[in-house]
Amino acid sequence: MNADVSSSGPPLVELKGISKRYGDLLANDGIGLSIEPGEIHALLGENGAGKSTLVKILYGVIEPSAGEIRWEGRPVSIGSPVEARALGLGMVFQHFSLFDELTVAENIAVALSGDWSLSTVRAKLGEISRTYGLALDADRAVWTLSAGERQRIEIVRCLLQKPRLLILDEPTSVLTPQEAEHLFGTLERLSAEGCSILYISHKLEEVRRLCRRATILRAGRVVATIDPRASSAREIAALMVGNEVGEVRTDAPQRIQGEMLRVANLSLPPAGLHGQALRNIDLVARAGEVVGIAGVAGNGQSELFAALSGERLADRADAIVIAGKPSGTLGIDARRRLGAAFVPEERLGHAAAPTHRLSENTLISHAASEVSRSGFILLNAAKRVARSIVQGFDVRTPEGDPQARKLSGGNLQKFVIGREIIRRPKLLIVDQPTWGVDAGAARLIRQALVDLARDGSAVVVVSQDLDELFEVADRMAVIHQGSLSPLRPIGEWTREAVGLEMLGVAQAPGATHAV
Amino acid sequence: MTTFEAILLTIVTASTPLLIAAMGELVTERSGVLNLGVEGMMAMGAACSFAAAVTFDSTLLGVAAGIVAGALMAALFALLVLGFAANQTGSGLALTILGLGLSGLIGAPFVGARRDPIAPVDIPGLSDIPVVGRLLFEQDLFVYASIALTVLVALYLGRTRSGLMLRSIGENHTSANALGLPVLSTRFRAILFGGACAGLAGAYLALVYTRFWSPGMTAGRGWIALALVVFAAWRPGWVLVGAYIFGAATVLQLHAQAAQFGVPSQLLSAVPYLATILALLLLSLRHGRAIGTPGSLGVPFVPDR
Repeated sequence: MNADVSSSGPPLVELKGISKRYGDLLANDGIGLSIEPGEIHALLGENGAGKSTLVKILYGVIEPSAGEIRWEGRPVSIGSPVEARALGLGMVFQHFSLFDELTVAENIAVALSGDWSLSTVRAKLGEISRTYGLALDADRAVWTLSAGERQRIEIVRCLLQKPRLLILDEPTSVLTPQEAEHLFGTLERLSAEGCSILYISHKLEEVRRLCRRATILRAGRVVATIDPRASSAREIAALMVGNEVGEVRTDAPQRIQGEMLRVANLSLPPAGLHGQALRNIDLVARAGEVVGIAGVAGNGQSELFAALSGERLADRADAIVIAGKPSGTLGIDARRRLGAAFVPEERLGHAAAPTHRLSENTLISHAASEVSRSGFILLNAAKRVARSIVQGFDVRTPEGDPQARKLSGGNLQKFVIGREIIRRPKLLIVDQPTWGVDAGAARLIRQALVDLARDGSAVVVVSQDLDELFEVADRMAVIHQGSLSPLRPIGEWTREAVGLEMLGVAQAPGATHAV
Repeated sequence: MTTFEAILLTIVTASTPLLIAAMGELVTERSGVLNLGVEGMMAMGAACSFAAAVTFDSTLLGVAAGIVAGALMAALFALLVLGFAANQTGSGLALTILGLGLSGLIGAPFVGARRDPIAPVDIPGLSDIPVVGRLLFEQDLFVYASIALTVLVALYLGRTRSGLMLRSIGENHTSANALGLPVLSTRFRAILFGGACAGLAGAYLALVYTRFWSPGMTAGRGWIALALVVFAAWRPGWVLVGAYIFGAATVLQLHAQAAQFGVPSQLLSAVPYLATILALLLLSLRHGRAIGTPGSLGVPFVPDR
């Protein structure tokens, strides 16, 4: 069911039977894929489906265990990124391959092959920036730039090499909706100029907006190549996930009760060199509701989480009131004793100790409860708690009581969230609950958060995933450069309004086409 | 020559080995590798250079032997930390212990031998200028070489493509690898350069500073060089400043001890360390941000292929 892509000669690039094995895991299993000149081709799949492995093979970063790559019909072996670039491939990485302490111009220069001087790089940078509308200041250090600007560096770096095929790995995951729209414009222009694009994503709407052909991966295999405009989002999702993912049910009766969390005029200076200050944050979460905090990464989410959880203390006790008690200067454990629970963003190393067993990991947040007595660990109680989390939250473990690091991301995330929910907290604060988690686990986690709220707890979800917040939140606010927008019922938000708040231009009337 | 001039000259002599060793370590660390074996490589450089100089009666061969010995020790370290991705802290400490022991063995037959001082470069006319003349224009070749080394390292890191690649690799080796920069071979060269510099610094100690060999004669200078790199925030110019502050404080406290101020000599011995830390601390405070630690420093790199 290939779409109508005009092709006279051979495809620009063709992958045949590409496999990559890591020990017992077959990350790529006989993958075939072809891209025509000027085509925007989507590579779709859940986290862990093998997309990143495949593009790393194509870009010469890793070697395939088997298979063949053809470039304009002739077989090639791509042994390194340098060879890939020489062929005409360019790659924009998901986790940017930038050097924080270097300037924009230096970051671009270091990836260019051949002779250069910083002044010629600056001149070329200016030229590309004007042609494609990618504004960049050559002499700024990268650590001072936003995610969108960092991505522009990556794109300019590729364009300077005049690529024939540009690979973008999850390019919009760190962008505001407006920045994403701007990126799509650039990509369409490149495509019109004859540059092929391999667009990797798990966001269906973007793929339907940009691409006429999509290859769908699941568990390392190609399950279909389709025209995303001719298929419904539901059909594509089913192909990606393998079975139909149910929607989160939010129809249980809701009873809003008293305030479990009140944040009043909370300000904190930045913690480190690259930190973000918090500015006059006001926030209320009531028993029975899910409150969502949206925002682009790095706008103060982790600082806000640290302040709420007690990892950083406020200067006034009444800046944060948990269950009626001023707690701004209380530590984490004291806040837990008031009925609060916290799940930080980083599951391995922050929420869980990698080399400790799951039962030992229950101690991290259950220290005040049944798993220890007068300083001694009650091992059997800890094992019992771990077992009930594993059963209650469908955590798939390789053995009975494994080390935390042996669990996959999705399963560990179910465990760390289950560990808090099983304590029946009156207030649960979660940072990025489903980041990097497969669709099945994400649905289970979201449902658990909604159920907890319907059962009478207050839940605060900090997330970069707007779809997630629209699905679970009852009220939502947007964080931008450490300031929080007013909290509004979810029905009053539109995506455009959220995007404008993310850019910090919402208050300016008429500023509808920012960026 | 006045006493004042003599003191200034000894300050230069005390600072030069620190500067050379620290400059080598700076390049190694800028590439993302922490080599704690500077002391061991310096000791080997001192022993091998002295042995070669006495055996062949040639200062030039001695210097060459010192450089080669330091580089060989560094190559061993590189094999461990690059080849086997071994822990850099442990490997570096082991290198120091090995170097101190091995240098004692190599140097044993030469204990008690002496070398004549090497002739300073005398620039006629200029060296007759009062006070600064002899200080600036009648030093041995090593001193000029160490200053040139500082300038070249600064230019290399800041102004060349290869230096930019080295800094990038030290900053983030994962990104560098993804871009196709040669992480391991760049680090190998940086480690060798650091070893060669440490060896040269050792040769300077044995052939110019003391002109004899005794076990443990490096006396912790390798560790000072390591500390200088950190306190100088990985900047060549600041390393130069730090090395000279340390050298000056070392010499001045010796004179203070001789003058018998009534301050405990142990306290005076600590002055160079305190002065260097204080000076470089003030320097970095004034500069505000950017402590400048290379992002991948000390982290083993295992290519994902």
